[in-house]
Amino acid sequence: MASTALATARIGVVTFPGTLDDRDAARAVRLAGGRPVALWHADADLQGVDAVVLPGGFSYGDYLRAGAISRFAPVVDVLVDAARGGLPVLGICNGFQVLTEAHLLPGSMIKNDHLHFVCREQVLTVENAETAWTRDYAAGQRITVPLKNQDGQFVADERTLDELEGEGRVVFRYADANPNGSRRDIAGITNAAGNVVGLMPHPEHAVEAGFGPASDAGHRAGTDGLGFFTSVLTTLVSS
Amino acid sequence: MGRVVVEVMPKPEILDPQGKAVVRQLPRLGFTQFTGVRQGRRFELEVDGPVTDAVLAAAREAAETLLSNPVIEDVVRVAEVTTEAEATA
Repeated sequence: MASTALATARIGVVTFPGTLDDRDAARAVRLAGGRPVALWHADADLQGVDAVVLPGGFSYGDYLRAGAISRFAPVVDVLVDAARGGLPVLGICNGFQVLTEAHLLPGSMIKNDHLHFVCREQVLTVENAETAWTRDYAAGQRITVPLKNQDGQFVADERTLDELEGEGRVVFRYADANPNGSRRDIAGITNAAGNVVGLMPHPEHAVEAGFGPASDAGHRAGTDGLGFFTSVLTTLVSS
Repeated sequence: MGRVVVEVMPKPEILDPQGKAVVRQLPRLGFTQFTGVRQGRRFELEVDGPVTDAVLAAAREAAETLLSNPVIEDVVRVAEVTTEAEATA
């Protein structure tokens, strides 16, 4: 993981007003072997980064709808064009909501069906291990990462859901129990090209032993989220 | 000063968890006649002059691009507020 190519991979992490997890995302990039680059919501400039993470939080207080106002931020304008051109983009939680509002990913998130904020260690099944952000996993693998949100119920019309399933664009499903009423247990999806991935759970909080979810290795020892960040480095090196 | 009201509702096929929570509470207060509740949003847009057709057209565009998400919501009303009774401020 310490090759020169990996060490020079620059992964942008966007900060909006109200973003909470930008520092955790930057730390995850660093632990995977990449170089995090801070990107500011008001700058229409991606600083030549090789990939971008839209982290979680409550951008603009989630006013109007989660992600609705961030979608019109100058940095998102340039990001949309770059993503359509193939730039790897990962949206986590609020970042996923921004990606749907920007129409880079279909569907939307509404309030959890039980109306409560959820904070738990969530088991996911990896459904698609061929995207830019999941190629270090295996299809069918179960991973545990934190889930924490109030507006986490993924919805889309039946035709869109069938399309996502048919094209293998469901990347993660909630395993064991559906925590928020998401259609077809969908936790994360990708675009047709596989470079844009969005999910509600938080892989960036499961990247370092001692600070992650419980795992077979021990209390807080889970690092199942690290694979997202090593995957994108693998993608960048092999492209 | 003119004012345009924009009303946005969750699409009929989208479950409305907030509306469901409200309808569950109503019978506890004795309101047993209401069998369903859907919760939407109302915006009031103010302009410095009269509400012209161009203002209404701009309000419609704002309603479709920012005020609603067409994946989960419908814009059900874009209209000038004309009476004092209807204006909330």
